[in-house]
Amino acid sequence: MLGGLALLIGLAVWLADTRLPQQSESPAERVNQLLPQSQCGQCGYPGCRPYAEAIIAGDADIDQCAPGGDRTVTALANLLGRAAVGVNPVYGSPGPAQVAVINDSACIGCTLCIAACPVDAIVGAAQHAHTVLRDECTGCELCIPPCPVDCIALRLRLPQRVAA
Amino acid sequence: MKFIQQSGPHWLGANTVTVMMRRVLLALLPVSLVSVWLFGPGVVLNLAVAVAACAGFEMLALRLRGLPVAATLSDYSILVTAALLALSLPPLLPWWVTVTACFFATVVAKHLYGGLGYNLFNPAMVGYLVALIAFPQFVADWPGLSADHSWPEAAAALSYFATGALPASFDALSGATPLDTLKEQLGNMRTMAEIRAGEGFGLLAGYGWEWLNLASLAGGLWLLRLRVISWHAPGALLATLGSLYFIGYALDSGANPSPVLGLLSGGTMFAAFFIVTDPVSGAASPAGRIVFGAGVGALTFALRKWGAYPDGLAFAVVLMNMCAPLIDRYTVPRVYGHRQRP
Amino acid sequence: MTATPDSRPPRWGIRFTGDAVRHSTLPLCTAAVPGILRVPLQQHIGHRTVPLVAAGERVLKGQPLGAVRDQTLGARVHAPSSGVVRGLENLTAPGRPATPAVVIETDGADEVWPGYPAHAKPLRLATSALRQAVIEAGIVGLGGAAFPAGLKLNKGGGVDTLILNGAECEPCINCDAALLQADPQRVLLGAQIMLRILEADVCLVAVKQGMDAAAAALAGAIEQVGDDRLRLVTVPPVYPVGGEAQLINVLTGREIPAGGLPWDSGAVCQNVATAAAVARFLTSGEPLISRIVTVTGAGVARPTNFDARIGTPVAALIAAAGGYVGRECRLIMGGAMMGVPLANDSQPVTKATNCFYVAAPTETTPRSPERPCIRCGDCATVCPVNLMPQLLLQSGRKNDFEQLEHLGLQSCIECGACDYVCPSRIPLTQQFAANKQALWERARERRQAEQAERRFSAREARLAAAAAERTAALNSQTEAPEAALAELLKRVENGNDRTTKDPDTADKG
Repeated sequence: MLGGLALLIGLAVWLADTRLPQQSESPAERVNQLLPQSQCGQCGYPGCRPYAEAIIAGDADIDQCAPGGDRTVTALANLLGRAAVGVNPVYGSPGPAQVAVINDSACIGCTLCIAACPVDAIVGAAQHAHTVLRDECTGCELCIPPCPVDCIALRLRLPQRVAA
Repeated sequence: MKFIQQSGPHWLGANTVTVMMRRVLLALLPVSLVSVWLFGPGVVLNLAVAVAACAGFEMLALRLRGLPVAATLSDYSILVTAALLALSLPPLLPWWVTVTACFFATVVAKHLYGGLGYNLFNPAMVGYLVALIAFPQFVADWPGLSADHSWPEAAAALSYFATGALPASFDALSGATPLDTLKEQLGNMRTMAEIRAGEGFGLLAGYGWEWLNLASLAGGLWLLRLRVISWHAPGALLATLGSLYFIGYALDSGANPSPVLGLLSGGTMFAAFFIVTDPVSGAASPAGRIVFGAGVGALTFALRKWGAYPDGLAFAVVLMNMCAPLIDRYTVPRVYGHRQRP
Repeated sequence: MTATPDSRPPRWGIRFTGDAVRHSTLPLCTAAVPGILRVPLQQHIGHRTVPLVAAGERVLKGQPLGAVRDQTLGARVHAPSSGVVRGLENLTAPGRPATPAVVIETDGADEVWPGYPAHAKPLRLATSALRQAVIEAGIVGLGGAAFPAGLKLNKGGGVDTLILNGAECEPCINCDAALLQADPQRVLLGAQIMLRILEADVCLVAVKQGMDAAAAALAGAIEQVGDDRLRLVTVPPVYPVGGEAQLINVLTGREIPAGGLPWDSGAVCQNVATAAAVARFLTSGEPLISRIVTVTGAGVARPTNFDARIGTPVAALIAAAGGYVGRECRLIMGGAMMGVPLANDSQPVTKATNCFYVAAPTETTPRSPERPCIRCGDCATVCPVNLMPQLLLQSGRKNDFEQLEHLGLQSCIECGACDYVCPSRIPLTQQFAANKQALWERARERRQAEQAERRFSAREARLAAAAAERTAALNSQTEAPEAALAELLKRVENGNDRTTKDPDTADKG
């Protein structure tokens, strides 16, 4: 009786092991998928993937992503089986989604912001006013310090309505 | 002209929780009356104590949780719990046994899990099981029923109710339910035919118990007709239990009771229509309810045949309550336009 | 005429009794053209419409007032009557962003704009011309969703069934029945035109069981036309059988795949009024400038169906229906289930307006305080898309988006059937609408994050390649260190240090 039960449970475990979908992605990739991909570097790493790799390597904690907010930290905690904590205020405070806007009458066309943008969301040629591709901007603020004339501002990204 | 602003739908159906609970209470009437007819007015006393205790504990719990008392009491759900519990317990009990059962049903099983709608286990079954395990000397014994049985004497019954002491002249309680008899006699290598011919058995099943079960069936069918309950869980329970009895009976009719006897014994019909139909602690989807009912049926059969207690329904229900969230997970129906079930 | 439905009753849905049945036949009247018409420019799902007229300009009946620039997803708007444009006004409507509306002061002449031709034999026209005509006429789905009709017909092949929906999705609404009763020939001509455009084999004109007068008129007209592709079908009176996906399912047994378009099921569904509008435009050159609107409810003296010009204010229609009864009401745009309450009666009739339900307080159910869900499962029984609202509610309140997606929330059509049957009076539809919006938001965020990641990786690869190139160049220069040093010194002297600074800033990213 007991032997039969043991056999049955063993069979079930084996089946679950072989039949259920396997996680094919690397741990760092799965962590990376939970990050907001703002590439802002506020966590101290030069982008989201490097931060994900640092988390897996044990160099970074899960509470360093300010743009992702508490939601991201909780998701990371669930994935990695750690205690859910809030964002560490050292790395900034979570806020609403933002988008960078260039005041093109003040822009001198220095291309410094273009070089700074981690997602190539700023376009323009030297000596001509630059512009931000609104849909591509992640609101990471990295373009603001290099600007010599302070012509870049952050605006709230207004939620769009569902079409249809 | 004043324009009232309220979001739709602007028409709402007439059905409310209160209406549903009231109908369940009405459906319990036949089985209660048969119970009084068989066991005497002790049943009413039991019901009264249960209602008072459950309502009292409910009010206390609601007050402690800072919830509106009157509004919540008015949905009658606590009356249903109390009635189900009282009818599951033996007809005559010392009052503190009933009150303890009510405490566990209301406070522990219901409110500690978050109140109506959140309880994992069926409150009435939890109350019954706690009483059964804590006070086996009172709860395991049912009054024996036979063609010439009589109601217990009022004075003796009252003294039993108040003190729990059994007067010497009072032997009505020591009788055994048909399921007890079955278990014991089959253990003594008697055949079914001999047992059936013995005392305590009637036309279809155990004397009296057949009527209790048929009364529950009648109330249940009325609820089905009004669509207060769905057929899935009771149907699956009765079908599973019936076919298991049938298999046993077909293999060895001497050592196994017939399906009719099995289905009309103990609390089968009562559980099928009033306990496994509890939506809160059962499975959600129709398919899930079938699995749930079938699980209760199979477990009940196993517990009756091999378990230590003569009737395993309450244990079966509570065990399946634990499985309900898992069943829900795997029985979500296919959504329109989607190829696979989620 | 068929007394019994032609299809099996669905397992979901609600059968209404009482009020819904009482209001099932109303007379049809033509509403007078009011002095001021306010015609919203955006009356459809899709792109923005730009105005074509300016203040002070005189417009004629049927003249285009606004158009979508590329005609892809949108529909033209036309002047419903002749008069002078007073200007643009911002119109706020419940649940929608404010849209500009053209205000026209009518002159009573109702002078017709001659820009659109009339065809005596529209069925002889080429398919492409017919399709173009539907787009030009500014015709949108008149069932209530206002999806541009031209787009839905813009499908060459693959569609075998055209369904004309005359089954009125919601209780109270009566405009389709009125149209079928008054003008079945025009509907059938529209059906033939659409069949030609779609190259479909059969057209099922669906009415609901109980719409006897409409069904009789339609059956007679079908016999007269003698086109054996046209068929009258009766569907069971179950809410929401008149929903597009539900009607297709009930009549053909097919399902629109999740995330797909109706024609993916091989069937296209159009409202009967849409078909009539197509026929009217081709035979008379009159674009979509009027529609039938039901004004009903116990809050109005004489419930009536009005053939009203687009832009007519509700107040005018209610006055024509004998005015209000009582002191307060719920003025609902749409039906009793999915209708939106209006805050005032100045709202104009649009292409999407099928009904104004003036509900007296006794007619509607006030929301009593909600009680906890007891998981009775009644909601799952009535759900037309087979969702489990009791499980969705749990996940929705926890904002468990994975689970909501897993359970298929995006398929919810917000019909309100679950609300109607809920014994705990939980506002399920409201909760689901909010959850759907959040899910949609989340999906957009996720798409954006993926895109940002791709761009970040591409940029890193580009920078790495550039750096490698530079190192290679430097290595080749180390063979002549003196020359390289000289060049570097020269550069520093010139003060041009941009080339060395650039990689620095780039590395910061």
